[in-house]
Amino acid sequence: MLNQTAATVVGSQGQENHEQSHPRFLAHHFHSSEQQFDSGKLGMWLFLITEVMFFSGLFCAYAVYRSTHPEIFIYAHQFLDAKLGATNTIVLLCSSLTMALAVRSAQTSQQKMLVVYLTLTLIFAAVFLSIKYVEYSHKWHAGLLWAGDFHPVAGHEHAHDGDGQDAGKTTVMPRDVGVFFSIYYALTGLHGIHILGGMGAITWILIRAVRGDFNAEYYAPVDFVGLYWHLVDLIWIFLFPLLYLIH
Amino acid sequence: MHESTVTPITAHANHEHIPSIRSLLGTFATLIALTVVTLYGSTLSLGSAEIWFSMGIASVKAVLVALFFMHLKHDKPFNVLIVVFSLAFAAIFIGLTMVDANAYQTEINTYVESELK
Repeated sequence: MLNQTAATVVGSQGQENHEQSHPRFLAHHFHSSEQQFDSGKLGMWLFLITEVMFFSGLFCAYAVYRSTHPEIFIYAHQFLDAKLGATNTIVLLCSSLTMALAVRSAQTSQQKMLVVYLTLTLIFAAVFLSIKYVEYSHKWHAGLLWAGDFHPVAGHEHAHDGDGQDAGKTTVMPRDVGVFFSIYYALTGLHGIHILGGMGAITWILIRAVRGDFNAEYYAPVDFVGLYWHLVDLIWIFLFPLLYLIH
Repeated sequence: MHESTVTPITAHANHEHIPSIRSLLGTFATLIALTVVTLYGSTLSLGSAEIWFSMGIASVKAVLVALFFMHLKHDKPFNVLIVVFSLAFAAIFIGLTMVDANAYQTEINTYVESELK
């Protein structure tokens, strides 16, 4: 069933010493597969916290500007469509579910379901990016760019306010509204780049899954890519209310 | 004796807890419900409390994702410690920067207004 190790005996004899002492996936600088797994997991968590610090810089910019110039945020919020933002939130939550189910499938040696769930995760990610593309291209045409390039096209000023409320539609435009969009594009753009990178990693794991690399004995790469993907979802969970639900 | 899993022994040899489909679906359903609550909350007029409300719910969602999807609940406590530390440092970073920025706002505003005249 699994073409990996010559001495792999599935389920019947218990673990023979030969297979146990040197499974194919065990790198030579680790003395047990458990140590290898724990090291990999530690490494991924350390990387994830560097990602948290990475984004915290931009969240800091958001916090500082929103606390010192709330009028910019309240005014600029009308240009964002909360419905699209909410849809994207649901899309990413679905992708996190399918990713978690994919990891579980690898843990239980269900190769077919692993491939299915990884593919679904990729599809959800693609949907997320498509919605972001729709949002970005609309803003591009409406002249809603960053910093000094913020020149709203006449007639396009009042983009849909997704929740139907009239909140924040002041007629007087405050100074430096472009600052909001600088923060918006930096945050969502950086997040989008992370989605792209995640899609690349998931694609690689998918190829390996189709190849039959993963099973209950060795599923670490699926687990760790899953951790990264959940973090990307986590970041969006915070981005959505901060950017789209300002009143 | 061995159900649908092929080599259950080895997955547990890694001391890795395998989540039940029920727990994953339950977490997902809770996350969706909290998203709906966030959206509903944004339609209410909570004033300045709004951001604490939405960030509070986002934090609950984050904890759920971390505990169940990222299985921190069944992970080594050291990994949990790393995560907690990073959040603490991020909070210090943002908190102190905001205190600093707000401390000079009156002078900045006075200067900006005088420049605009």
